[in-house]
Amino acid sequence: MSLRHSLALAAVLGTVLVAGCAMPRLPTLEPWVKPYERERLADPVMKLSRDTLPEKHFEHVRDVREGARGATGVQGGGCGCN
Amino acid sequence: MAATRAALGLWRRLLALLASLLGGLLAVGGARAVDLPEDKAEALFHSYSGGGVTANGPALLVRKSLFDKVSLAGTVYVDSVSNASIDVVTTASPYRETRTEYGLSADYVYRDSQITISGLTSHEPDYTANTGSLDVTQEVFGGMTTVALGFTRGADTVLKHGSPEFHETAKHWQYRLGVTQILTPRWLMSVNVEALSDYGFLGSPYRVARVFGAAVPERNPSTRSARAINLRLIGDLGSRDSMHVGYRYYHDTWSIAAHTAEIGYSRHFGESWLADTFVRYYTQRHALFYSDNAPVETTYVSRNRQLSTFNDFGLGAKVAWTVRKVPGRYDVKLNGAYEYTRFKFKDFTDIRTGNPYATNASIVQLYVTATY
Amino acid sequence: MITIRQAGSLRAARLILAAALAVAANTAAPAIAPSTTAPDFTLHTMNGPNLRLAEQRGRVVMVNFWATWCGPCREEMPQLNRLYQKYRSAGFVLLGVNVDDDTRKAADVAGKLGVTFPVLLDTDKAVSKLYDLSTMPSTVLIDRDGKVRYVHRGYLNGYEDNYEKQIRELLK
Repeated sequence: MSLRHSLALAAVLGTVLVAGCAMPRLPTLEPWVKPYERERLADPVMKLSRDTLPEKHFEHVRDVREGARGATGVQGGGCGCN
Repeated sequence: MAATRAALGLWRRLLALLASLLGGLLAVGGARAVDLPEDKAEALFHSYSGGGVTANGPALLVRKSLFDKVSLAGTVYVDSVSNASIDVVTTASPYRETRTEYGLSADYVYRDSQITISGLTSHEPDYTANTGSLDVTQEVFGGMTTVALGFTRGADTVLKHGSPEFHETAKHWQYRLGVTQILTPRWLMSVNVEALSDYGFLGSPYRVARVFGAAVPERNPSTRSARAINLRLIGDLGSRDSMHVGYRYYHDTWSIAAHTAEIGYSRHFGESWLADTFVRYYTQRHALFYSDNAPVETTYVSRNRQLSTFNDFGLGAKVAWTVRKVPGRYDVKLNGAYEYTRFKFKDFTDIRTGNPYATNASIVQLYVTATY
Repeated sequence: MITIRQAGSLRAARLILAAALAVAANTAAPAIAPSTTAPDFTLHTMNGPNLRLAEQRGRVVMVNFWATWCGPCREEMPQLNRLYQKYRSAGFVLLGVNVDDDTRKAADVAGKLGVTFPVLLDTDKAVSKLYDLSTMPSTVLIDRDGKVRYVHRGYLNGYEDNYEKQIRELLK
């Protein structure tokens, strides 16, 4: 499936999630984790990314030494390759 | 160029979709607010040492919010590289060079959306890179789902020591889509997809390839298009600790396919200590035109070991010590991180020994973080 | 280039999205609506004795839901404290309902922030469910007859001016 198809499908799926019972014959989908149940998720150990600069450094080293790049959630840019 | 126009057309459609999503959700109402990123400062000393290359230097980040509306961040990153790597030692002489990078970003929050504009400029004597990015993050579904869209555009200038007439350029485009989903009060997952496009001079003016045993300057294609998808899962294990797993698949038009897998564990110790440990495994298949010693003359040829078939295995640990913490006021931490990685190349030989090349690399990071 | 079929599917996605959001907008209904009686509850306070909402009838009550792990909640605490000190003699009472799992952390943070109003502990989240807490923090203003008058979801700098205006209005 091409990237465009995947993104369009993701957008449609996203609307179903957001709107809940807007589509016929689908059950209502309510958020099942309430804001007051998010205590564990607020802990620093549950963060996908904690400190900016150290992660930028790891990402830079890997970009230079390895062929694969991207999709890590760390903003890229610049080059130190040679 | 047709690819670029199509990509731009797709991007405009995506922005229109996002605008309708934002507009619709704002209409639903509720004063739910996403917070501006918190004010913080980081000072880092970073060091990389492996395969004859050492790169170290300081880095600084300062972030401050203004008028409760905009959060500004500035970064300086200095990389002092001393290169006696296998490429350099066998084909040239060792050297030392410094790269400096400046970055500036602004974050603006409106209701459940966050918009980030950032720019980066990296400068070293023979390479200049300028990047601009736009990211939009939107919380939907009662705050359980976060959707992030991002776009980055880069323009580089490539020069060559000792050849003043050499002047090339490279352009980069990156499109990102990320969804973070809270699964339970203790587990969350994220999916990130990125499309990368490069055009121009995509190699190194110094690197040589080997054809019939003779050294020739490398020839890389002038376009490269890549896709990457990254899945991550993180969960709270109940005793002030958590674990995370991640997998990324990457492939591009140079025929490189790579898998990355990572698993890690984090834990609080007492009131002021936090420790993390992780294991990472990476494997890739070589680029189509890569060859250790090409037996035929082809349009494109490269002996860049970054494009070869290899794998690397890394082990890392991080420790953070909270020096002083006043909740809601400020929080200062001292941190240290170390990663040891072993690289094993399958089709890149060490011409000094004739065996497939293998090397170790160490990363050390020492940093202070403060929120205020 | 995008094919006609791909362009069509993107357009269809946009139409579905617009329609879905229109329906969602109409079906979203607030749980604690103004002019309804505030649901009664009894909770332990930080210092020990129980406190019942219905016993506050005759006073203007502000119920503020907060947690130690919620940044905006901690930010608004000093403002709420100031309002409590200023208007308590005029018949205003502020109840801080804490939803932390660990009550010691709640007591610790409340102490550090200099909170003087009663802090109630809702560790089993029963009152949070009762008030259909959809945002952290949430603030509910109840008049002297026990009726909900204003509901504020979230906290941004400047909200405390609104709170003050509304408290003065209800105290009259």
